[in-house]
Amino acid sequence: MSRMITYRDALVEAVTHEMRRDSSVFVYGIDVADHKRIFDSNKGLLEEFGPNRCFNTPLSEDAMTGFGLGAALNGLRPIHIHMRVDFMILAMNQLVNMISSFRYGSGGRFKVPFVVRAIIGRGWGQSFQHNKSLHSWVAHIPGLKVIMPTSPKDALGMTMAAIRDDNPVISIEHRWLYDALGAVSHTAETQPLTGAEVIHPGNDITILATSWMNIEAKQAAEVLGRRGVTVEVVDARSISPFDETVLVESVNKTGYCIVADNDWVHCGFGAEVAARISHTCFGRLKAPVERLGFAPTPCPCTRPLENAFYTGATEIIRTIESMLKLSPTDLSGEHFFSYEKKFKGPF
Amino acid sequence: MKEKEIQLGLYRKVYLTRRAEDLIRAHYLEDGMKTPMHMSTGGEAISSGICEALQAEDQVLGTYRSHALYLSRTGESDLFFAEMYGKATGMAKGKGGSMHLTAADEGLICTSAIVASNIPVALGAAFANKMAGKESVVAVFFGDGAIDEGVFWESLNAACLMGLRVLFVCEDNGYAVHIPAHKRHGYQSITTIVSGFECDVWQSDSTDAWQIYLLAQQARAAAIQNNRPGFLHLKYYRYLEHVGVFEDFKAGYRSRTEFEPWLERDPVKIQRENLLRWLTEEAVLLLEKQIDQQIETSLQRAMEAPFADHSELLMDLYA
Repeated sequence: MSRMITYRDALVEAVTHEMRRDSSVFVYGIDVADHKRIFDSNKGLLEEFGPNRCFNTPLSEDAMTGFGLGAALNGLRPIHIHMRVDFMILAMNQLVNMISSFRYGSGGRFKVPFVVRAIIGRGWGQSFQHNKSLHSWVAHIPGLKVIMPTSPKDALGMTMAAIRDDNPVISIEHRWLYDALGAVSHTAETQPLTGAEVIHPGNDITILATSWMNIEAKQAAEVLGRRGVTVEVVDARSISPFDETVLVESVNKTGYCIVADNDWVHCGFGAEVAARISHTCFGRLKAPVERLGFAPTPCPCTRPLENAFYTGATEIIRTIESMLKLSPTDLSGEHFFSYEKKFKGPF
Repeated sequence: MKEKEIQLGLYRKVYLTRRAEDLIRAHYLEDGMKTPMHMSTGGEAISSGICEALQAEDQVLGTYRSHALYLSRTGESDLFFAEMYGKATGMAKGKGGSMHLTAADEGLICTSAIVASNIPVALGAAFANKMAGKESVVAVFFGDGAIDEGVFWESLNAACLMGLRVLFVCEDNGYAVHIPAHKRHGYQSITTIVSGFECDVWQSDSTDAWQIYLLAQQARAAAIQNNRPGFLHLKYYRYLEHVGVFEDFKAGYRSRTEFEPWLERDPVKIQRENLLRWLTEEAVLLLEKQIDQQIETSLQRAMEAPFADHSELLMDLYA
């Protein structure tokens, strides 16, 4: 039995479920317990679990990350939330110098069950300090796990699994996914923290996408599907560790691979994927792996330039056409995603 | 506890630390200990005094200069020397070295080589203890350079706000690496500023471990009774170079003249005198002999112990 819920409600359900199950779980961060509750992803936590398990903190990302480490070492299971990934940068010393190496540096004598949730912003003038993903930054560091749940099923199941994991897990969520509807099982079930998943089957070309880019890739697949080109979309799900098994299977079948990453291209996750595919599928590839991502600039505020900064379904379609040597599809009748359809004003 | 036992405990700690570091100095140039040594010599009164005042349920965190803290807290030297030699028998199997000492069972959470990075960790540990209803404190040691870091102020603020039983132990040797305080501080007195926070402030420039013990005992009791942090500003003098096992008075940034008055009130000498009020010279000599034998044995064991197998490289990354 399944049911349809939003990504946002999946997050609420995951954390509520785990907090009921395990009294050592607590949620904290800047504004987590205010009236907006991190875009309502913390709905009801304060009311049900009280201020010792859901609380606001001073604007001290670095110290409050170290705080989480200390709490985790002494038996609690903290969930620290950053309203924007960009704010997490202020906690990099603790994440990279302390948390990632803590278990290793102690010869395995400690464990660090610590979840960091960080949200990617986009649109309505988020500009260059509210739009970063940075999954490749943190995935570069051994000792940190990095996940990017895209579907409500993963928002529910991967968040639950992250909370139960005895290692630091950074979960990077795209703000635009919060309203996405998707099927989840009747009872809350965990999902594995690694392993890619085919979210749209096809035989002609493979797209490996991260986070929001799955939505764009899926739409590109639907558009091209109407002219008989079948595109396989693979959701990376986890960035570190990244298990390429499902992707390799797909590329061995299609012979083509595009990485659509919700990030800058240079030194990004796409480069890692391209290298692995080139290595593993070398003889099967009919063309070099292509990479799509942000323009190599800070993100501009104004809408026309922002449009040019991001890639989406259109660029994916054009890249597929170029790789498969297809004539350009007429996209004049297509309605691609625009946040203006969803909301106006600050969010 | 009777004063005699405390004086004995204090002397064990200062003597063990001093002699263990003497042994490191004697063997360092053999290059068996390939790890950056930040020596505690001169600062023994602080670690010993505070550790003597702390209880088994309390926890501590230190810096890259934590030989004294480790030895004072644990009293053991086998794991310690093995870690200095990078051997599989070290507490971190050689993965940590001199700057990264842990003793989970004795409540030594970590020592860290990024200045001030250990401070906020103490807050979370104290928060967990508070949630568990434990009557304990977490003492975090840091140098005066750490108070230049933003995270010190973030942590002090949060600990005061949250009413956490953290003892902030500032071991002030007057230099951050080689830069004196007056070239780093836009203010006169750290204790004056910290006094504006909702915590209890203590200070001393004593090198007498007994005096530090008495102060730490008060600070611990106040933290528990007042449900708030304590800040201890404790002066000492670092006898040796910032990193390494030699003196560095020829380097020009500080002078032997500055050092001499501190040497006159050397913490080991003072604590020996304290103990001689309770024990005979023969009894103290016997104690010293036992500790000398303990560390000599530890050193020999460490030198003879195997290194970790290469397969160990990939272990312990994830739980």
